[in-house]
Order: sequence, then C-alpha cells, then structure tokens
Amino acid sequence: MNIIVCVKQVPDAKDVRLDPKTNTLSREGVESIMNPYDRHALEAAVQLKENYGGTVTVVSMGPPQAEEVLREAVSCGADEAVLVSDRAFAGADTWATTYTLMKAIKKIGTFDLIICGKQAIDGDTAQVGPGLAHRLNIPFVTCIRNITNCEDSLLKAERLMDDGYDVLEIQLPALLTVVKDINEPRVPSLKGKMKAKKISITSMSAEDIGANPEQIGLNGSTTQVVRVFSPEPRGEKTMLTGSVAEQVEQLIEKLEAIQ
Amino acid sequence: MDYFLTEEQQMIVEVAQQITDEKIIPQRAELDEKEEFATEILKDIAKADLFGLYIPEEYGGYGGGCFEVVLALEQFGRGCVAVATSFAASALGAYPILLSGSKEMKQKYLPDVASGSMKAAFALTEANAGSDASGIQTTAVLDGDEWVLNGTKQWITNAGEAQIYSIVAITDKSKGARGASMFVVEDTDPGFSYGPKEKKMGIRASATRELIFKDCRIPKDRLIGRQGMGFITVMKTLDLSRPGIAILGVGLGQAALDESVTYAKQRVQFGKPIISFQAIQHMLADMAIQVEASRALVYAAAKHIAAHQKDMSKASSMCKVFATDMAMKVTTDAVQVLAGYGYMREYPVEKMMRDAKILQIYEGTNQIQRNVVGQELNKEYT
Ligand SMILES: Cc1cc2nc3c(=O)[nH]c(=O)nc-3n(C[C@H](O)[C@H](O)[C@H](O)COP(=O)(O)OP(=O)(O)OC[C@H]3O[C@@H](n4cnc5c(N)ncnc54)[C@H](O)[C@@H]3O)c2cc1C
Repeated sequence: MNIIVCVKQVPDAKDVRLDPKTNTLSREGVESIMNPYDRHALEAAVQLKENYGGTVTVVSMGPPQAEEVLREAVSCGADEAVLVSDRAFAGADTWATTYTLMKAIKKIGTFDLIICGKQAIDGDTAQVGPGLAHRLNIPFVTCIRNITNCEDSLLKAERLMDDGYDVLEIQLPALLTVVKDINEPRVPSLKGKMKAKKISITSMSAEDIGANPEQIGLNGSTTQVVRVFSPEPRGEKTMLTGSVAEQVEQLIEKLEAIQ
Repeated sequence: MDYFLTEEQQMIVEVAQQITDEKIIPQRAELDEKEEFATEILKDIAKADLFGLYIPEEYGGYGGGCFEVVLALEQFGRGCVAVATSFAASALGAYPILLSGSKEMKQKYLPDVASGSMKAAFALTEANAGSDASGIQTTAVLDGDEWVLNGTKQWITNAGEAQIYSIVAITDKSKGARGASMFVVEDTDPGFSYGPKEKKMGIRASATRELIFKDCRIPKDRLIGRQGMGFITVMKTLDLSRPGIAILGVGLGQAALDESVTYAKQRVQFGKPIISFQAIQHMLADMAIQVEASRALVYAAAKHIAAHQKDMSKASSMCKVFATDMAMKVTTDAVQVLAGYGYMREYPVEKMMRDAKILQIYEGTNQIQRNVVGQELNKEYT
C-alpha cells in the first residue's frame, strides 16, 4: 500500500503571541514544529505500513526550511519526502494550497491512501484535507480516530462524532484526516535519524508540477486575510457550585442583585 | 560542558532525550506510586532502536559500546531510575552471551535482544551470596544432554518480565572459584518459576523477584562459554556494565539539580527568592560541581573500558563509587533545598532521593567497589 502523508510546518503554539499594536503574529524567536495533528497522521501511516507493507511518502508545501519537518518525518518512519516549494506559492489560501498539493501528488504518482491531520494549528481551517480530496476526485472521511483493518482496498475505520463514533468502510483510494485519539506518535528512532540525515529530499517547483500560474499563491487564492486580531475578552464568568437547590438559590440572589 | 560527541553520539542523546521528556517524565510518578512495570515505555525505547546500542551489527544491533550505552542511560536516569534500571538490567543479562557465548548462542538470542522484543536479566545473587559470590548454592548437574538446575536466586531485576536469564550456578563445588558456570534459562523452561514481586523503597517501577529452579532441565548448549568460567564471565560483565549504573547517578543528580535551581529561583522567603541566600547558592554550586565531575569521570571510564577490554576493573569501580555516592548526596540536598515541599510526593525530588539509594548497593556495593580499587592499587605499586 502506498500512502501519502501531508505535513505542514507551523509555529509552536505555546510560543505564538499576537502583537497587540500591529495585530500581526509575532513569530520572533518562535520555534517551528510539525503540525501536531500531522504527527498523528504520519504515525497512522507508518503503522499501516508496518502491518500491511508498502511505503510512506511525506509531502509538504512550504518554504525551504519546511525541509526540517520532512526530515523529522523520515526519522519517525517515512520512506520518501517531497518538498513543494516556490516563491510563486506564497500567500496561498486553502483553495490554492489544495490545487498545488493535488498537482504535486499527481506528479509523485500512484497512491492508495492519503492521510492528513484534521487541521493545522496555525490556520485552524480543517479545509485542506477535504479540499485536496475534492481536487483529486477521491472520497474522503474526516476525524478518523481508529483504523481497524485494511484488506482488498477496503479500509475499516472509526470516525469521531460528538456523541460517539461511526464505523465506516472506505473504498481506496481515499483521503482521511485524523484526530489525536488515533494513536500515540512515536519519537524518532536512531536508524530513522541516521536515514533522515542522509536522505535527499525531492524538491518540486511550480514548473516541476506543471502548475497553472493563475491557480497558485496569491493569484489562485479566493480568500484574503484582511486583518488578524485578538477577540474581545468575554465577560467574567462565575461558576456556581453546590447542590442544584443551592445553585438555584445563588442564581436568584445574583439576579435580584442586578435588579 | 561540551564533551565533543560525534554526530552519531549526539543523535543517540537526542533520541534518548526525547523519549525521556515525552514518555518517561510524564509517567514516572504514577508508575512509582502504582509500582507498575513500564512495559509501554520499554516498547517505545525498542522502537527507537536503543536496545541494540551495544550489540554488534551482525546481530542486528547498532554496534556501539560502553560509551554509547552510557549516553542513553544518562537521559533515562534523568527521567526515572526505575525505568532506566529495567533497560540496563536487560543489557546486563545479555552481556554474558555477548562476552562468552558461542556464535550459535549469539545468533539465537542477540537479534531479539537488539530489537527489544526479548528482554534479558542477570542472576547472581542468592540469600547467602550477596557481596560474597562464593556463597552460591544453586547447582547445575549434567544429565545426558541436559543440565538440571536446582536453587533460588534472589532480588533479580526484570524477573518475571524478561524472556531470558543469564544465571550463575555451581557445576563443581570442589573447584572453588573455577567451579561456577553460567547458563541461559528461558522463561518457558520446565521447573523454572518466579517468587512474588518485592516491595521496595525506591525504583518501584522496576520488577524484582526470585528465580526458583526445581529440577529445571535445560539443553546442554545453554552453557555460556566453557564450564568453570562462570565467575570470569561475571567479573567481565559487571566491569562492562558498572559505568551504566554510574551514569544513572549522573542523570539522576542532574535531574535533582535542575529541580533545585528552578525551585530556588521561584521560592520567596524573607522577601527574596531563596537562591539569593548564600547557604542555598553554595549548596546548588556544590551539587553542580559534583554532577559535572561525575559525568567527566564516567565518560572517561566508559571510553577507557571500550578501548581496553582487559583492564577495566579499576576504572569501572572508581566511576561507580564516585557517581553513585554523588547521586545520594545531591538528591538528599535537593530535598533540603525544597524542604517541606521536597518531602511531599507531589514534587519529584523525594522519589529521586529514594531511587538514589539503590545505586550504592546493586551491581556490587560501594564498599566492594572500594575494595576493588584498593586491590588494584596494591597490585600496581609493587
Ligand atoms: C533492587 C535490587 C535489585 C537487584 N538486582 C539484582 C540483579 O538483577 N541480579 C543480581 O544478581 N543481583 C541483584 N541484586 C542484588 C545486589 O547486587 C546485592 O544486594 C548486592 O550485591 C549486595 O549484596 P547484599 O545485599 O547481600 O549485601 P551483603 O553482601 O550482605 O553486604 C552487607 C553490607 O556489608 C558490606 N560488605 C560485605 N562484604 C564486605 C567486604 N568484604 N568488605 C567491606 N564491606 C563488605 C556491604 O558493602 C554492605 O554494606 C539486586 C538488589 C536489589 C536491592
């Protein structure tokens, strides 16, 4: 089974601050990490490979330094790594991103399964997985929390729901996005680290993937970020505690006080 | 301090560091409290290829030596000495095979030990044979094509968790020190069973049990090396493994220092962070000096041992004594710096102090190590 995993390099959430004056993300001194959901996507792919054979190819669209997350992915079990990088991709929204990834994946070749994280923790859109499936014209299922079996191009998996989970059979080729419950990502292995150091990462430019210049980067984006701002802090909360009767009493007291 | 590690050695440190920070430290308090064996963490260590560090490449390992093991154990020791002990005891159990076993024996066991799918243990100690191994009463008698084992081993780390056991038994009592031999016993061998799990002061997430042999029959080819060479293999094994115990002291001491400095900077008394009191500062400085000195000695000893397999005893004993006495002192001081909070189980330093004590006892007490250094000096100055 050939599996493609899409990974994104994101700023480490615990370091990110919004500059209160300019309302832009202040990235100074912020470390870059692999999007946490993508670590779970990669682990799911590596486990499938270990159980059913095949290869895992990681692909990332991003600036040259995104190579770091690709090497990290190799140290955690990926076999091949592809960096899709070009100045012309800058400013891409999720629409242009899915186009670019689709072109890159077509260039990579055949696949049975694509796995993405549910969302990236910087943009939080959760659109790229489903959008990519749409571009490739393959079925997709989001929020997978468990993959139970894979035989004869039929994948059995569980989708997380608000009130439980769905059990699904998915015909491959398909695309899945995964939630964190799916697994506990492994740390890099020694052999993996040595391989990651040596591996030559395939780099693809806009020209390499045969992208239409009108569909990539800012040109290809149908949305634009006009302004980034911190939401107004919500009003102060008070939690009432005690038995129901006590809480009701407290509530009435508070309401009467407002009157 | 910069010890000028090679790129690959640095990678070993990074892999072990990440396991320690992400897998060991978040779980250590609970494992200790429940006295639970760290099965899942050892699987993580196996997936990261670290069980094979010291095993030659031809048997599926990384092909490193004493120093590479020390680098990994330093990180694990910083996280939890119990988990680190389980890892180290597996190496201790595999060393006799590596040092004295036949090619067939190595081929049979070492690839699985390297992958971490098979854990090992080492069994020397008995009720009447602690520091004095000549008190061993477990016997092995050849009967046709099989050895028949009888006796009980005591306080064996990884007992009940490991799949193979390197054990010492008397094969010819009349020959004294040349009358002991080593054998591999497998978990499933008939006549082999375990005692109940011991309740310990520290390293509670490690498993310590008796091994009980009642007419336990094992194939003839389970003899490690030659008959009568048991104690020689034991000595070589322990010389090779002791830097691993020493470095647990360094990792543990470093962890205690880290906790102490962090706490001392934030704890305010008399209107000032306690780190501003000279009494505390000097204590922290002494801790840092001792940890660094121990690290330097253990690294040097491990490198010496890797290069001079015939002359290991003194270096091995020296570093074990120095670094483990240091760990006891530094962890005790860490509890003093945190004082009442340090004494509470909510903070990690009380566990560190409980865990430190074993390092001065197992793999030869620190008194016995001083005997070794003394005897070597006596030989050197003739
Ligand atoms: C948690 C734990 C795990 C262990 N794991 C293993 C294992 O995996 N495999 C294994 O084989 N063993 C294991 N042991 C046993 C351990 O190695 C012994 O406890 C140790 O060698 C000391 O033996 P003893 O406890 O019988 O002390 P004793 O030998 O009875 O010593 C008592 C005291 O006398 C001192 N002493 C004894 N002889 C001399 C001397 N000649 N000169 C000066 N002082 C002396 C000692 O230093 C000590 O202070 C383990 C023990 C523990 C507690």
